[in-house]
Amino acid sequence: MRVWKKLILYFLLIVTSIIMFFPIIYAFMISFMTGGEILSGKLLPSTFSLDNYVKVFDRLPLFNYLINSFVVSLGVMLGQLVVCSLAAYAFVFISFKGRDFIFFLFISTMMIPWEATMIPNFFTIQKLDWINTYQGMTLPFFALAFGTFLLRQHFKTIPKELHEASQIAGLSKFGFFFRVVLPVSKTSLVTLGAYGFLTTWNMYLWPLLVTTNNSVRTVQIGLKQLQSQEVATEWGVVMAGVIVVIIPTLLLLFLGQKQLQKGLTQGALK
Amino acid sequence: MKRVELIDISKSYDKQSNVISNINVTIEPGEFFVLVGPSGCGKSTMLRMIAGLEDITGGTLKIGDIEVNDLPPSKRDLSMVFQNYALYPHLSVEDNIQFGLHVKKVDKKERAKRTSEVAEMLGLTDYLKRKPRELSGGQRQRVALARAIVTEAPICLMDEPLSNLDAKLRAHMRSEIRQIQRRLGITMIYVTHDQIEAMTMGDRIMILHEGSIQQIGKPIDIYNNPANPFVATFIGSPPMNLATGVGDKIMSTIRLSDSIVIPIPTADAHYLTEQIIVGIRPEHIKAATKETVEKDKFIVEVSNVEILGNETIFTFLLNGESWQVKWSGQWQIEIGDNIPLMMNYESFCFFDSETKKIIKTPSDVENHVFGKEVFV
Repeated sequence: MRVWKKLILYFLLIVTSIIMFFPIIYAFMISFMTGGEILSGKLLPSTFSLDNYVKVFDRLPLFNYLINSFVVSLGVMLGQLVVCSLAAYAFVFISFKGRDFIFFLFISTMMIPWEATMIPNFFTIQKLDWINTYQGMTLPFFALAFGTFLLRQHFKTIPKELHEASQIAGLSKFGFFFRVVLPVSKTSLVTLGAYGFLTTWNMYLWPLLVTTNNSVRTVQIGLKQLQSQEVATEWGVVMAGVIVVIIPTLLLLFLGQKQLQKGLTQGALK
Repeated sequence: MKRVELIDISKSYDKQSNVISNINVTIEPGEFFVLVGPSGCGKSTMLRMIAGLEDITGGTLKIGDIEVNDLPPSKRDLSMVFQNYALYPHLSVEDNIQFGLHVKKVDKKERAKRTSEVAEMLGLTDYLKRKPRELSGGQRQRVALARAIVTEAPICLMDEPLSNLDAKLRAHMRSEIRQIQRRLGITMIYVTHDQIEAMTMGDRIMILHEGSIQQIGKPIDIYNNPANPFVATFIGSPPMNLATGVGDKIMSTIRLSDSIVIPIPTADAHYLTEQIIVGIRPEHIKAATKETVEKDKFIVEVSNVEILGNETIFTFLLNGESWQVKWSGQWQIEIGDNIPLMMNYESFCFFDSETKKIIKTPSDVENHVFGKEVFV
């Protein structure tokens, strides 16, 4: 009975994971195929040739795009961590009049879709003459209501006695933030950092809006360029590009997961 | 070692009603001072006001003859131990102990020296590299203590530091804290809701109830001479038995119930008022013997018995209130037994029924302190 239960469970797990992972596997396979093989609808390439990978780096400044993506994603990630943690600290540890009201106002901005604020943001960046710059691509994303909310929830679990103990020890407000709050909330910071990095890495519309040339463009725009450059898209090359673009995200996810698990088990043991 | 002076201290959260009012007390240098009271009496708030974690809304607080009302906690030169220890979870025991020194910019050599001294004193040397979560409750408690001691602040505040420990460890830590305080001579202000801790640790104790002082004094004086019924029932275990008696001027007696009547000597006739609160400690109620005069005897029905090895506590009902009796030794008493008892007039406490003030203290000699000359 028990064996049957397990068998069924694993069967279902395997089937669903194949369904989930199929597009990526297929893309991976396509990246090794020639044009003819793709059109005939094969699932496996006859030979694993790296032609498509060579082509993709030839056709596009993909390496530059990767660097740009890294700079922008890292910039947004760090900016978000700094702004959100400071904001969350203020909302938790500094009591001022109307704190809760301001917090809810802050949170309510989560209801406004990003697209609605895109046009005013674009004008601001344009007036600042920040088109085709890194700051133009990163700065609008620094203040993140979700991130502040996430960190605030974690900061609230820090016992107030820790705050009081450090006050008695003579730690300044910033000292407490830096030496107690941040180290204690490492888990949430990693989560928010990974989230910020990945969303920025996958962003398409905003980088497209604020760039007019290849100097600071990111990989996602590069992928789009691959599709539209020719009359008939060479899917092999596009998929090679996609795989290259996915690798850093996957790496980050694996590394982050390890950190996250560590953080979670630490928290569980009080 | 500094003096702490509270002059007319009061605290109010809504600017209308005081949660603490009219606190006047001077805590002497090197004294172990215990604030005790039931939960919600304002004892923790008072401690936090001394620490500077709460604003003082009225009165003056002096530490070492300097007014400190507006000084931040770090400038008041004190250390504090919290109920949940408040250890920094991301730092090792060593770093936790050194944290305050680090902030105060004590140099590295001095820091290491003081840490190892304190760690040795508290038996933490083997655990210095561990994280707080890898320690047991008692060890965490010691780290918190070490962190307070290592700063060498002249005043140490403790907010129910033992309430998270099991009974055995608590008894052990009680004496350990007391010894350390004596050795270092620090002024200690200790908050607890446990009257046993208060009795055993304090040089002097202050009993708080609903934000006002009930009594301040040496533990034994408070036990023998409680200022009001609240103190009488709060200090001592089991608590003092209380009942409202009716004075009878003609018979010169105070009637507690139909069967229990206390004859009053003519010299004490002024106690014979309409209503009076009568109290007696459980250990002062005696078993009636063959020699006891019949009119002093009264018979009660036992409703509960607890035998604690070397002492026996049993309960009976008097006017619906349960009264407890504590005798030393193992007594073969069963629930439902009828037992003849007697009470000495000298053992009674009388409290005024209106002002709640004590008007007669027990004057029994048998329970009083032996002088040192008794020991050979």
